[in-house]
Amino acid sequence: MILTNKDKMKETPSELVIHALLLVTAVLSVFITLGIIFSLLLNTLQFFREVSIWKFLTGREWTPLFANAQYGVLPLITGTLTVTLVAATIALPLGLSSAIFLSEYSPPLLRKILKPTLEVLAGVPSIVYGYFALNLITPVLQRWLPQTEIYNAASAGIAMGIMIMPLVSSLSEDALSSVPLGMKHGGYALGATKLEVVRSISIPYAFSGIVSSFVLAVSRAIGETMIVTVAAGARPNMTFNPLGSVQTLTAFIAQASQGDNAHGTTSYYALYAVGLLLFLITFSMNLFAHRLIQRKKEAAAS
Amino acid sequence: MRNPISYNKRREFSNKLAHLLFATAAFVSIFVLVILLSDLIARGSRFINWEFFINFPSRFASKSGILPAMLGSLWLVVLTALISIPLSISAAVYLEEYAMENRFTRFIKINISNLAGVPSIVYGILGLSFFVRTLGLGRSILSGALTMSLLIMPIMIVATQEAIRMIPASLREGSYALGASKWKTVKGIVLPSALPGILTGVILAISRALGESAPLLLVGAFSFVSTLPKGIMDSFIVMPIQIYTWMSKPSADFRDLTAAAIMVLMALLLTLNMTAIIIRNKFQQTYE
Amino acid sequence: MKSTLRKKWMTTFILLLVALLTLSACNTPAPAPAPTPTPTPAPAKLTGDIIIDGSSTVFPITEAVAEEFRKVNPDVKISIGVSGTGGGFKKFTIGETDISNASRPIKESEAAVAKENKIDFVEFKIAFDGLSVMVNKSNDFVDSLTMDELKAIWNPESTVKTWRDVRAAWPNEPIKLYAPGTDSGTFDYFTEVVNGKSGAVRTDFTPSEDDNVLVQGIAGDKYSLGFFGFAYYVENKDILKIVKIDAGKGPIEPTFDTIKDGTYAPLSRPVFMYVTEKALAKEHVNAFVKYFLTDGTDLIKEVGYVQLEESLYAEGLAKLK
Repeated sequence: MILTNKDKMKETPSELVIHALLLVTAVLSVFITLGIIFSLLLNTLQFFREVSIWKFLTGREWTPLFANAQYGVLPLITGTLTVTLVAATIALPLGLSSAIFLSEYSPPLLRKILKPTLEVLAGVPSIVYGYFALNLITPVLQRWLPQTEIYNAASAGIAMGIMIMPLVSSLSEDALSSVPLGMKHGGYALGATKLEVVRSISIPYAFSGIVSSFVLAVSRAIGETMIVTVAAGARPNMTFNPLGSVQTLTAFIAQASQGDNAHGTTSYYALYAVGLLLFLITFSMNLFAHRLIQRKKEAAAS
Repeated sequence: MRNPISYNKRREFSNKLAHLLFATAAFVSIFVLVILLSDLIARGSRFINWEFFINFPSRFASKSGILPAMLGSLWLVVLTALISIPLSISAAVYLEEYAMENRFTRFIKINISNLAGVPSIVYGILGLSFFVRTLGLGRSILSGALTMSLLIMPIMIVATQEAIRMIPASLREGSYALGASKWKTVKGIVLPSALPGILTGVILAISRALGESAPLLLVGAFSFVSTLPKGIMDSFIVMPIQIYTWMSKPSADFRDLTAAAIMVLMALLLTLNMTAIIIRNKFQQTYE
Repeated sequence: MKSTLRKKWMTTFILLLVALLTLSACNTPAPAPAPTPTPTPAPAKLTGDIIIDGSSTVFPITEAVAEEFRKVNPDVKISIGVSGTGGGFKKFTIGETDISNASRPIKESEAAVAKENKIDFVEFKIAFDGLSVMVNKSNDFVDSLTMDELKAIWNPESTVKTWRDVRAAWPNEPIKLYAPGTDSGTFDYFTEVVNGKSGAVRTDFTPSEDDNVLVQGIAGDKYSLGFFGFAYYVENKDILKIVKIDAGKGPIEPTFDTIKDGTYAPLSRPVFMYVTEKALAKEHVNAFVKYFLTDGTDLIKEVGYVQLEESLYAEGLAKLK
């Protein structure tokens, strides 16, 4: 009989106590999730008592701090989307290409240099990327495209793209490395070039892993705060023009918490409503990405 | 009928072109890092001196220093570590060693991996509502540390789980065969063997806490703090927030000062990350 | 073999922990090089906390005073937030702060909230600010604006989109507007004086409670227009261009003199500091306010604002009993 660590063992009373304590810490995570949902939901419900959900989701003006306050969240959503699109345009191709290079083409010595570089890039704090966007990217953009405003979505998007590229790269690389060597060698045996093996064998096999990495990276971009607060602007604007000033969901939350609205006003609850919206968007994206990987694991195991 | 020679030549060419493109993409990361670092060094070096580390921030850039920010970061990180490390390791040990394979356990595991993806500012909102307001802890180091703990615990739990999972069953079986109880096995065999991996995960999570600023915007930091922290209920400022404050000042001097502060922060983070990598490479044991 | 490895990481781990703990335990005092006014030293060592919040306009003064005050009283912990005049009052009137910086007088509604929460306070006038209108440094067509033109640009129903809409001779380029946010006293004052009603304004500008953000915005956009406290212009003279204001008597440029004698009108205004009675009763807060109104006034000009008449500061000092 082989004893695994999951089999029940006889536990002395002191052991039971330890077991219980450990259980509590694990369950704590559930309480955290509940706490997030609860605190967001409660205040959001209060918000929707004063502003209709329909107006919130479809309104085109977001001016919660002004006298005649409007609470249409669409400008914040277009702001977030614009920045995220720019970020994705940079991060996804570059990240995937890096992953392909690292897993299929790169000589081992080069990999030893590139992988730590990517890890360092991933570890750079977001405020530093904000600095990068405002001081290095915006001036360059303004020189090439003079109609670029000083606070604009493109700078923030580019910096954000560079920030999430390592995430795409490492997750995609993991997916590509899981391709069975036999399949790849079969391709080579038939005379395929590396590119053809990658295109026809590796990528289709690792597809769900790659898509999952894309989704996780985009979700990360949507939830990022500091870069957009510093570089993208504070003017909610319903536009997809990346050269103009916009405000994202996260930047609004940062701004609203600074001025400290009075408790109990609609603008105070607006912060929670936007927070809940943000949470739901990223949560569903993450769930989707994890399901993809899970399904792939199950398919591979069977 | 396709000419086989030119067709193959085209295939070779596509391959070589792709190779070049992929390599270029990979090198973008080095390129960006070089640009960033050279800008920081060019702008900020003149401010890096002994005074920079022991001065308080001032309205004069030349007299400004990062002492309160560094100490604030240190207090925050140490307190966060004290709160989150025991909780994270306990949770991971439970999930890997004690929990039965049932729906409840799977639910907890999914829950934790989802928490890892929640935007940091949402943790800030939770921290503001619960720690600052409901528990009345105010904008103190304790509120900040509790909020940061919430943020990094999922990461630490997952890293610890993976470290524990890498230990082969044979080690545990040997312990059980000798008559040890579960807890003794965990304490004496599993945890010590997993420690390098756990340490790596802990260090990486801590460096994340060091660099995060969004939750702290909501939970605490002030624009100007005049003394050093003496207790966990004190108001505080941390390195990333100091950088954020200086960055909003338009004068060129303050921009350079910001660059100097960023260099210090990045040097700190780099040291932490390298320590983690060294620990992982040197002490990690591979089991056959 | 395994035991030596274990010893190795055990020592590394312990060393790391010890290093962290010792660093956090040590508390290096900050030696401060002192050039500006040597303050009259306080008799005993004062300790305590002072929590200040409010106007971004007033912040530079309070920051300067706090910095100099700390040189004599290093154990008094002063924390200053920048939530805007309105934001500051929201916290002040529920007892969350000791001092509130304001670039406009406290509103009746705000005073009522304070009364409700049994917060008694004292008002101190501390300086004059000339609220200044700013354009980008490379803007070569705007030299002055009339009050009517300002109203045309900023009123809530404004149809002005480009500079040509203001004066036909000006370029047909869209105006990029920057202004303090709705929690700012500067915002309240400007909208009241220009648009006739406090808070009434068009909504498509870039708002910020932090005037520095506005400076950056205006300095970076060629066709921008904005307004904020004079001190922020003084500090950033090289990247901004100030606009003369014509209120019917010809274009007047805001300078120390025109603000002080009132010819720069109607955008000259006093700025305030409000302190709770409860805080004033504490020795360290009392000392801070006293320092503010005596030696601290020297710093006002350095920061970019205009000092009041001596008599007004004496009035304030009298309230300190």
